[in-house]
Parts: sequence; structure tokens; C-alpha cells
Amino acid sequence: MGVEAFLFYALALLSLFSAVAMVGFVRNTMAGALSLVVTMISLAGIYVLLGAHLVAAIQIIVYAGAILVLFLFVIMLLDLRTDDFGSMRPGRRLLKVVGVVVSTALCAVIVQLLPDALPEAGPLPDGFGGFRDVGIRLFTEYVVPVETAGLLLLAAIVGAVILAKRRID
Amino acid sequence: MVPIEHAIALSAALFTIGIVGALTRRNLIVILMSIELMLNAVNLAFVAFNRLWASSPDGGSQLDGQIFVMMVITVAAAEVAVGLGILIALVRNRDSLDVEDVSLLRW
Amino acid sequence: MLLAVVLKTLFIVLVAIGALAPVITWIERKQSAVMQDRIGANRADIAGITALGLLHPLADVIKLLSKEDVVPTGANRFMHLMAPMIAVVPAIIAFAVIPYGGVYQFGATTVSLVPADIDWGLLYLFATGSLAAYGGVIAGWSSNNNWSLLGGVRNTAQMISYEVTMGLSVVGIFMVFGTLKLTDMAIAQDTTFRVFGFLQLIGFDEMPATLDWVRLPYWGIFLQPLGFIFFLTCIMAENKRPPFDMPEGESELIAGYFLEYSGMRFGLFYMAEFIEVVVIAGLLTALFLGGWSVPYLSQEMIIAAIEPVLGVGLATVLCMGLHVTTFLLKVLVMIWFQMLIRWSLPRFRYDQVMDLCWKIILPLSLANIFATALVMLAIGAA
Repeated sequence: MGVEAFLFYALALLSLFSAVAMVGFVRNTMAGALSLVVTMISLAGIYVLLGAHLVAAIQIIVYAGAILVLFLFVIMLLDLRTDDFGSMRPGRRLLKVVGVVVSTALCAVIVQLLPDALPEAGPLPDGFGGFRDVGIRLFTEYVVPVETAGLLLLAAIVGAVILAKRRID
Repeated sequence: MVPIEHAIALSAALFTIGIVGALTRRNLIVILMSIELMLNAVNLAFVAFNRLWASSPDGGSQLDGQIFVMMVITVAAAEVAVGLGILIALVRNRDSLDVEDVSLLRW
Repeated sequence: MLLAVVLKTLFIVLVAIGALAPVITWIERKQSAVMQDRIGANRADIAGITALGLLHPLADVIKLLSKEDVVPTGANRFMHLMAPMIAVVPAIIAFAVIPYGGVYQFGATTVSLVPADIDWGLLYLFATGSLAAYGGVIAGWSSNNNWSLLGGVRNTAQMISYEVTMGLSVVGIFMVFGTLKLTDMAIAQDTTFRVFGFLQLIGFDEMPATLDWVRLPYWGIFLQPLGFIFFLTCIMAENKRPPFDMPEGESELIAGYFLEYSGMRFGLFYMAEFIEVVVIAGLLTALFLGGWSVPYLSQEMIIAAIEPVLGVGLATVLCMGLHVTTFLLKVLVMIWFQMLIRWSLPRFRYDQVMDLCWKIILPLSLANIFATALVMLAIGAA
């Protein structure tokens, strides 16, 4: 087993483990957020192994380094430590169990279908996934989505400021 | 190199964990984080498939998957900003993070 | 292959972290003493020999190791213990892409003195900077203390704001050199350029040959002076160096986010800060001051000069030694410069820090990118 394969399986196990930990940490929201950070960093490592270097860098800089820090910020500002909530309505627990079972069954079906569906991965072309290639494409072929994404971010900034502002009545 | 099926299987598993989290947990922040996890699982699927069909017919590289991942990350950033804004406004008004308390419009 | 990486990593760990970081504590004490017209710490001695205060870092380490390790009640024990490690690791791994020597040919083998020669070196540095925000965040939250929490919140806001402007201020350098690889940037800075070359753009086609001799090294600081100033400000704010050390405001927040830490855990935070000083110095050198290159003497000139006397192999080795020494000298100059800034400026207020980032540096660095693009187009068209 080569180094790449070993790294891939190690990172995959780490990401699965921390994803389960995020959902499973009922008492401690901050620990859940930090587990999600671990998931994202291990996913960035998997992106590097799959040849997508720029996407891995952007994942760490934007996702793990800014978006999740924003989550941690909100958790710290609202000082949320544990969740002890009241009891649920009668039918809720059954509905949740049904939901979990259905989604797990769906996942199992997908995983079972996989081995016959996909061909082998070929060799990588030169400069694949590097910043030069992706950058040129972003600004020539895909310039309209990039500009629209800029407008979307502007709308999100304005919306977030208005939503989180205190009412000055 | 690892067969791509394993990366897709990992993506499916992470997506399912995200769905389970969004369905079962009652804490609003954990639901938002589960949505982020689902977006990440989809990103992984995009990158894995991009690796699979990396060379385009004329010899260059085909990078559609990675560019889509950039767009998904951008949209996720926008969604997190607005989502956390809504969350802060909700917590200020109802003083609770329980999603069961945000149920006035439900039948 | 693996041996080369291990050796280069060992060099970094021994020199930058083992030797420079303790020396910086000494530099800080002595430089501040000289600037404030006093003597500084000089009492630590071994058997009566005080080496001008150079033994104080050793005394510091012994003191920190022997203190009681306190975890406050009500604090999350695991996170309280993990936070110093999360703070120090990004500072150390940032050294992996900073080149402390050039690329040398020894017959068939090429030796490149940088532990990891990745294509997107500059992005890697931004990624480690982004991860460094977590140390302060977790430390502030996990200490179960209001002052720590405030320090942690301020720390987070400051660090994520300055990451944006840090990225934007380096786009100019990226455009000029056309690469994100720090080794290529250092190699590109190994030449000189004519100062009066801009006259050709204005219309003077014939320039007297004497003006061609007025040359400056092709360093980032001459090509992008505004970029240097912005990047210096942003990276000092990102690493919470004074005058931007609001999160550790000693007079406002007691000690900010590392209030509840004692003993070697505090020592780890302290060490993280000083390793970051070396990282800042190394980055500024690699991007703006030409890295390992000797000004006006390019690598080919040095090797060609020594070659007749000692042969190619030995000439390359001597050139390598000269380059590494030049790099270390430049790093020391930048460390001295940072200490100079630290001990001259008073601390900024929190809203001043945020104003500076979003209202001043962000528009100006965008204008810098525009201006750089215009100048490059003009030079390219001429």
C-alpha cells in the first residue's frame, strides 16, 4: 500500500470520525464545531491527494479559516454551552427514527451500487488543479458565475448586517 | 492511487451523517453545521469525479468540478453569514436555541 | 529524497526555533533597554558568568517548566490543554515553505534549500495563518473567565479581518513576479533593474549609457513599496504583535486570552508569539527583501568569481553558505525592525484597529492592485 493510499484512508477515517463526533456531542456545542473543523481540514488533505491543490488551499483559507471561525464567534458571543431542552412532542421521536433509517438505507444503496459504476482513474494532465489553470478558467470561461458570486456575497453581507443589527427604536 | 469509488463512498457517508444531524438534533447551530457538512460531502464528490475525468479529449485538463466547488464554497459562505444572522435575531427574540420553539407556522 | 527533507526540517527546527526564538527574548529585553536608556536584564549567571543577559532565556525556560500547571474549575479540561498546542503548530509549520537558500546544482543533483517546494507556497502561508486563529479562540473560550472570553472574541475578529487585507496586499507582488512559489520569487529577485528605466515609457528612447549604471536590486520593496507597508501592518496585526496586541492587552484585559495559563502552557503561547516573529521576518525577507540573494551580486556572478580559484563544487558550497548567511542577516534586521516598532508605538484601540483594516488598508490595497496592473500593462506595451 503506497503512502498516498495510506494517507487517504487515514484522512477518510479521521473525517468520518469527527463528523460523527460533531453530530454526537450533545452537551458541548463548541466541541462539535471544532470536530467540524477537523473534518474540513482532513477533507482538504483528501483534495490534495485527488489533485485539486487550489481547492484544498481555498477550503482551508475560506471554509476552515473563516466560515467556521464565524460559527465559533457566534457560539462564543451567545455563550452557548450545553443544550438541555424540554421533552419532544409525542410523534417526533418516531419521525426522527424513520428519517435516520431511510437516509442510512439510501446511503447503503449508493455505496453498494458503486463498484460496478465507475471506470479507472487515468493519469493526471500537466498542471492539473494548480492555481494557474483554475485561475485562467475562472476569469475566461467562467467569468459570469464569478461575477454573480460577487453580487451574491454583496447581498449576503447586506442581509447579514440588517438581520443581526439591534433595533434602534 | 485509491479507486475513486472509495472517495464517493466517503462522500455518501458524510452526506448521510449530515442528514442525520439535521434531522435528529434540536440545536439550531448544530443543524446549520450539519448543512455545512452536507455541502462539504458534495464538494468531495465533485472533486473526486473531476479527478476521474481529468483529461479532456483534446489533451488539456477538464476542471469543471473544481470550479463548481469554488462556487459551492462561495454560496456556503454567503449562506452561513445570513443563517447566523437569522440565528442571532432568533436567539435575541426567543432566548432559546431549540428548533422546536420556532414552530409557529407548523401544522 | 526523504533524507533531504528531514535534514532541511532539522535545520529549520534547530536554527529558527531552537536558536532564534530564545535569542529573540534576549533581543527584546536588550533592545527595549537600549531604547529606554536602561541596562536591561543581566543578572542570570552560571557560576558567576553573566553573558550579557544571554542566559535569561534559559532561566525563563527553567522557571516555566517548574511552575504549577493550573486548569481552572469549570473549564473544559481537554480544550484548555489543547489550545496552546493549536496555537504553536501553525507558527512552526509556516516555516516549511520559506526558502533560506537558493537552488544549487551539484553535478547531477539539484539541491533546493526549502523543506517543501510547493507550487502554491504563498497560499499555504495564508492557510496556516487562518488556522492560527483557532489557538486564541479556544484558549479564550475554554478558560471559563469573562476576561479571557473578551480577549478571545477580540482576537478572532482581529485575525479574520486582517487575513483578508494580508491576502490583498500581496497580490501586487504576486502579479509582478507571476508565481506563488517563494523559491521562484527569491530567484527572480536575484537581479537588478535600471532606476531610470521608466523614462523610456515617457518617450525618451535614447538614454545615455551612464544612466544605465544606476540600478537597484529587483527587490519587492522597491517594486511594491505600498505593498510592503500594507503587508507589514497586516501581518503584524494578524500575529497580534504590538502595537496591535489588543487581544492580550495587558492593561485592559489583564492578559486577555492567555490569562488562565501558567507554567509551560503559557510558555507555549509565548513561544508561539516569538516563533511568529521569526516567521514574519522570514516572510518579509522572502517576499520583499530578496530572500537569500546578496544585493548586486547574483548567484552566477558569485560562482563564476570563485570558480577559477576553488573549482565548481566548492564554489557552489561557498555560495550556498553566503546565501544562507545573507538570509539570516536579513531576518535579524527584520526582527530588529519589528522590535523597534513594538517599543515605539502605543497600543491601538480596538475600534481603531478595525477601522484601519476595513476602511483604510482594504481600499488602498485594492488601489495598489489597480495601479500595479496599469503599470505592468504600460511596461508590457512599451
